[in-house]
Amino acid sequence: MIEQSDSTQWDIVPHGDRCLVIRFGSGIDVAVGRRCGAAAAALRKAAIRGVSDIVPTFNTVAVHYLPGHFAANTSARNLEAEIENVLREADLQRGGAGGRLLELPVCYGGPFGPDLSDVAERVGLSEAEIIELHSGEPVYVFMLGFAPGAPFMGVHDERFALPRRTTPRTAVPAGSVGIANRQTFIYPNELPGGWNIIGRTPLPLFDPFGDPATLISPGDSVRFMPISEQAFKLWHKQ
Amino acid sequence: MSVTVLRPGLASTFQDLGRHGHQHLGMPVGGAMDPRAHRLANLIAGNERDMATLEITLVGPVLRFDAPACIALSGADLSPMVNGAPIPMGRPIIMRAGDVLSFGARRTGVRCYIAWHGGIALPEVLGSQSTYLRGRLGGFQGRALQKDDVLPLNTPLRIDALDPLVGALQRLAIYLPSTLAYNPRARLRVMRGPHTGLFTDKALRTFFHDTYRIANESDRMGYRLLGPALTLRANRQLPSEGATFGSVQVPPDGLPIILMADRQSIGGYPKIGHVATVDLPQLAQSMPGESLCFEEITLAQAQQLDNLREQALEGLRSSLNELRERMACSIQKA
Repeated sequence: MIEQSDSTQWDIVPHGDRCLVIRFGSGIDVAVGRRCGAAAAALRKAAIRGVSDIVPTFNTVAVHYLPGHFAANTSARNLEAEIENVLREADLQRGGAGGRLLELPVCYGGPFGPDLSDVAERVGLSEAEIIELHSGEPVYVFMLGFAPGAPFMGVHDERFALPRRTTPRTAVPAGSVGIANRQTFIYPNELPGGWNIIGRTPLPLFDPFGDPATLISPGDSVRFMPISEQAFKLWHKQ
Repeated sequence: MSVTVLRPGLASTFQDLGRHGHQHLGMPVGGAMDPRAHRLANLIAGNERDMATLEITLVGPVLRFDAPACIALSGADLSPMVNGAPIPMGRPIIMRAGDVLSFGARRTGVRCYIAWHGGIALPEVLGSQSTYLRGRLGGFQGRALQKDDVLPLNTPLRIDALDPLVGALQRLAIYLPSTLAYNPRARLRVMRGPHTGLFTDKALRTFFHDTYRIANESDRMGYRLLGPALTLRANRQLPSEGATFGSVQVPPDGLPIILMADRQSIGGYPKIGHVATVDLPQLAQSMPGESLCFEEITLAQAQQLDNLREQALEGLRSSLNELRERMACSIQKA
């Protein structure tokens, strides 16, 4: 069982016959997210035979594996023991080992941030104050998902606790920066979605032929850097 | 040295065993919906390692071979024909230049896999040749086949090798162990998961005893089921976490969705359970409108069955040594 007071605890549970999920907590909290990031980094470094994917999320790490690398019908138990060993050796308190601090240019408001004025009104701040609040402190990248290269980041000031739009848009342009539930999400390509769009980044988030394929990785921290519409166009051309 | 698409079929995409190792970047695994049939086709075409096969769905394509090649078909029986004459499933077939492969009425299943000896020359994207349709990447130009596409063969056969090869392949015995054959079960086997206890006892009884029907809105990403709604003990939102092939997630409307090959890497709905890997091929070969029932299986049992199937595939692979040697000396040298 998870002891909330003891930050070194975790729980390993099978999700079907080819995945184990390590749970570090229940809510959405940067300290828990950093332990997930550190655990994912340690497991990646350990390169356990048979493991194909290591996927950190808000408070878990999913370890996907292929059968045939372990003795018959004991795969999950053997892998669980190996994971326990790696995690006990790892320094999970260091948090998000290998994570970088990235500066991401964002052009706020206007045509790129159609929900900025609405968000300002609902939160009770000016648009300038929203931008300042959003770009002030770096946020942690909990995970990538929903689409390749799409980061879920947080946790923002509680004034950004507003829910997603009641009616999702059918097409949100690539690079759109959305906020909801104290998180920021960026659309790597045109997709449907309900996040409150306050700006857009000119940088591509996903390139399948790039190395790495994504601009942002789980475990990174991101500081948003406000840029003008003119600067956006210059960045975009590069 | 290629194959020309005369008609594309309904949804013909190249798939291998998937794009592993990139799920933390939000990249779905994808790959063959029925990996068992995909691997069988590859082995019977005499391939040493896993190569992309063409996954064809319900309505097969019409393909003209412009160079000689060896192919094998496995999975759904869509009445395959060469120049209008029926050909068997699960046998290596020699195609000569000018031969046309086509399909007729569906007899069983949904998805048939065409493997080429030596494979089709497709670029790898993030370590895989699988087509990821939503991301428009991988496979043949990131999309389903279209009329007039030209598929380049990696290793066409030598014309002078064809006659002796046809004779040798006819004599070749292929013993398919029962663990690899397509034996549909009355009930798909499902493991409990960490969220199973979030559902009411009534929901669990319903799920494991009632009948569900596969909805029309089912695709490579997920199978939506119609039937009695499943309710949680308490309404709650879970933060997203890793998702797997076979996870049975239940959105707020209570109707289960089984996540399939093109599932997203993460999901936020509670999962009532997980379909055993060994039963996923049966699901991939089931049609919208067909009925599904479920029963419980333990993790240890599911892993034993999964391992038995892996061992059977390995056994089949080593029994086909002679086929691979025969093919290796029949191909055109680059």
